[in-house]
Amino acid sequence: MFVARSIAADHKDLIHDVSYDFHGRRMATCSSDQSVKVWDKSENGEWHCTASWKTHSGSVWRVTWAHPEFGQVLASCSFDRTAAVWEEIVGESNDKQRGLSHWIKRTTLVDSRTSVTDVKFAPKHMGLMLTTCSADGVVRIYEAPDVMNLSQWSLQHEISCKLSCSCISWNPSSSRAHPAMFAVGSDDSNVTYGGKVQIYEYNENTRKYAKAETLMTVTDAVHDIAFAPNLGRSFHVLAIATKDVRIFKLVPMRKESTSTGPTKFEVQIVAQFDNHNSQVWRVSWNITSTLLASSGDDGCVRLWKANYMDNWKCTGILKGDGSPLTGSSGQPTAMSTVVGSSVQTSQNALNGMSAGRYFFPPLDPPRAGTRYGHLLPPSSLIEHCDAEPIQPQQQALPHRLSSRALLPLPEAEGQ
Amino acid sequence: MEEVDVEPAVTNIPAASSGTHLGFAWGPGDILVYETLYKASGKCTGSGDIHEVRKDEDIYSPILRKLFNESHHIFVGLQTIREDLPSKNKKPQFVSISKNYRSVIRACMEELQQVVSILLAIELIWNLCEVLFIDAAPAGSLLLHLLDWVRLHKADVDEKAREVLQSESPAEHRDYWDVVVSYVLQGRLEEARQMLVKQATLQPAARKMYKQMDTLNISPGGTQTLTEFDVKWRHWHEEVDRCLQDNSFASNKHLELICKILVGDEDTLLEHKDLLSTWYHFLVTRLLFCHPTVKPTELHYYAQSCLTMFLDSRSVPEPLDSILLAAFEFDIHQVIKDCSIALNNWWFVAHLTDLLDHCKLLQSHNLHFGSNLREFLLLEYASGLFTHHSLWQLAVDYFDHCPEFGRVYLELQIERVPLDTERKALKVLRICEQRQMSEQVRSICKIMAMRALRNNRLGSALSWSIRAKDAAFATLISERFLQDYCARGTFSDLDLIDNLGPAMLLSDRLTFLGKYREFHKLYGEKRFREASKLLLSLMTAKIAPRSFWMTLLTDALPLLEQKEVSHHIQLIYSRLNCLCVSISHLDNVVHCSLHFSAYL
Repeated sequence: MFVARSIAADHKDLIHDVSYDFHGRRMATCSSDQSVKVWDKSENGEWHCTASWKTHSGSVWRVTWAHPEFGQVLASCSFDRTAAVWEEIVGESNDKQRGLSHWIKRTTLVDSRTSVTDVKFAPKHMGLMLTTCSADGVVRIYEAPDVMNLSQWSLQHEISCKLSCSCISWNPSSSRAHPAMFAVGSDDSNVTYGGKVQIYEYNENTRKYAKAETLMTVTDAVHDIAFAPNLGRSFHVLAIATKDVRIFKLVPMRKESTSTGPTKFEVQIVAQFDNHNSQVWRVSWNITSTLLASSGDDGCVRLWKANYMDNWKCTGILKGDGSPLTGSSGQPTAMSTVVGSSVQTSQNALNGMSAGRYFFPPLDPPRAGTRYGHLLPPSSLIEHCDAEPIQPQQQALPHRLSSRALLPLPEAEGQ
Repeated sequence: MEEVDVEPAVTNIPAASSGTHLGFAWGPGDILVYETLYKASGKCTGSGDIHEVRKDEDIYSPILRKLFNESHHIFVGLQTIREDLPSKNKKPQFVSISKNYRSVIRACMEELQQVVSILLAIELIWNLCEVLFIDAAPAGSLLLHLLDWVRLHKADVDEKAREVLQSESPAEHRDYWDVVVSYVLQGRLEEARQMLVKQATLQPAARKMYKQMDTLNISPGGTQTLTEFDVKWRHWHEEVDRCLQDNSFASNKHLELICKILVGDEDTLLEHKDLLSTWYHFLVTRLLFCHPTVKPTELHYYAQSCLTMFLDSRSVPEPLDSILLAAFEFDIHQVIKDCSIALNNWWFVAHLTDLLDHCKLLQSHNLHFGSNLREFLLLEYASGLFTHHSLWQLAVDYFDHCPEFGRVYLELQIERVPLDTERKALKVLRICEQRQMSEQVRSICKIMAMRALRNNRLGSALSWSIRAKDAAFATLISERFLQDYCARGTFSDLDLIDNLGPAMLLSDRLTFLGKYREFHKLYGEKRFREASKLLLSLMTAKIAPRSFWMTLLTDALPLLEQKEVSHHIQLIYSRLNCLCVSISHLDNVVHCSLHFSAYL
């Protein structure tokens, strides 16, 4: 993998969340500087900040987009104990020319008495519903009955989880085979009792959410939680960021016809990774749920993938190099698009120069005296992001397990 | 099958300071990474940059786009080969398809002047797989195929030969003997003879060599059986050996060398590593001159030993070597796995595995995950294509031919295609409609309708809502139209409303809108009888929104002046009476009804 582009975010303080919109053409960032910025991607791939405004009176922890079926709508949550809903207003034509847009606050949700730690929209088939969770252990579900009037939201459910909540995730599946469901994670640090992850399910009869499952084996503080996209499976997959990365499989057990309670699940742990060797703070699935990313205290983002045999492995690591942007590392400070000519890209690509995918070993820098060394692109082109080339993995493996990348054939020599 | 353990590769992200965390957000085809602190303590002077991190996917290369486009055609054609044909009829088709794929690879290589190494490797591997797996050459023709394979990938001989032949005195060119020996090593004895003719006049010994080569018939098949060929070959081999033993060519070291090669002397062959350049060339040459009737099942013994002999103790075998070895061992799964590891994108393994699966070669190896492997690889490849702004359309066909997960993958990913223009949205819609993905159709239309409404393009919003079959939204937009009319006295988007047709029935309000416009048209055409009849039916059908009743009454007034409609007036008046009871603005109504009564 490589850094294709760097965007100067220009927040005055730490960024806490970055969220892509549904189509990947816009993004929202939020920060301790109490503001939210919205960015639009132009046709040539450049990002432009089209709005920047103060949203709260405290650090903004999370920002999230509603489904575009509801228009251009954002929600944010903050240390200031509130969550807010914002809608983009189509502005005057001269605003459009300057590439600016305006967002106005449609509502403030003030029910929480403590910092609101997460805000998520429910899957779109449930209508326009917003969920928040707070340090006071309460999950609140709000609904906007009239999609054209976003200033009217009603608190539909208030669920007390007894433990301080840090994260929520809705099961994105819209299958009628099972009721609506979400998971809540708690960052309560008392390890003497488990159950830091709770699963709630909607009951059609009582019209309320009831707890369906508690993952007792999760005893450490949970910082993030994410249901994977369903892909038509009968079971659910949930990733958890705690002292390690854990992936659970929840298999619904067959219900008795007379049973009116929530579904019972068989809970299996599919994978557990402690490679971060520290607290894991975020987990998130890509669109097809074929890749899971996690971020940890070790300052790395790790990518996880299952092969067709369903064995999970780490397929890439993104590591902050901790070097200052100016000076000793010799890097330019403003990194414009690094992707050069298509030939250069294809050169890199074709030489198997890659990092961070499931199957691809690092490209060793050309060794002096190798026959094909002169055919590889010079090392100055290979590594864009840092001064030193990647250290080759010198392992004493039998030939079958050699980890060197594919080198050119001798035929190319004569050309 | 044990897993090969490869360490994950590390990508460095420029960070302003150490000890920060890395936040991330998944995007289409990339991942955004930024500095943050999850347990925020202490103030920061500013945020760092947000970095867009991408896989080095070569889908962004225009040349490989040609590869993807062309191979897409071949893929679709392969899927439609009829299942019920007997396998002996299918095999030539599969071989032909395999050759088609390879010709596409070669076409790309011609265009991509600079770096063809990976494509060369791919074609080399694919060619070998075709020979061993798809064509499944038996002993005898196996060697011929392997010779072709080696010759195809060692084209520099011909260049050298051309150079030599075009020189003034070819027999004295410094590359002359290299060319002859190379030809011999490749089993191209006819060409070797042609070259030797240049020497024949200079050296009498060459004539005998010439004759010797003549008698070597290295092509089994045709009218002779393998056994017949074997007998002939052994006889010949003994003759060549005898030539060596009795020093027939001792006077000319070159010719003696060639003789040693013909007899298959390993040491001599290994002395010419520079001409052979690869161990697999060495393998095929050795087979040619020692074991021409080699059976497919015996290949791997020779392959392994040739690899070991060719590489000296210092050099490490490369991934390409292990892939070829796996092929010689007929371990298809290992070939696929090793290729996945060594190569940059899923194109090669996905298409090759699909073809092998059609040849029923994967299933015979392992029923458990044979077909899943094909689908897994195709899904990976197609998902990668989906993030590209134009190649995503190719991906659709691939998903179509993945019976288990193809549909759900397509549903998930097609929703995310950015609907930049109406044209693109229609393209996406067509694909969804063809596959009866009704939820995706509805969702895309709704997104477009919402976008149009936000930009006050009511006509566009209405037609998208109709396409989405979204009654609620259609009602909302119809209301807007009516409000607009009340405000301005005219309708916008008349074309659309005039041509609603049966779509009008989607919602009551929409029906009213359509009919109300019709009323205006009739009035404008002075067809007052029909106009008043329509107006009456609008009032009686109760689909008129309450807010519009005043407007309807106002519209009715000028009609009263038309003589032909007098008998309708009674009805309207009586209807008014009913309406009066429920209208809240009684004073307005009283005023109106007074007006009416004046006409009676």
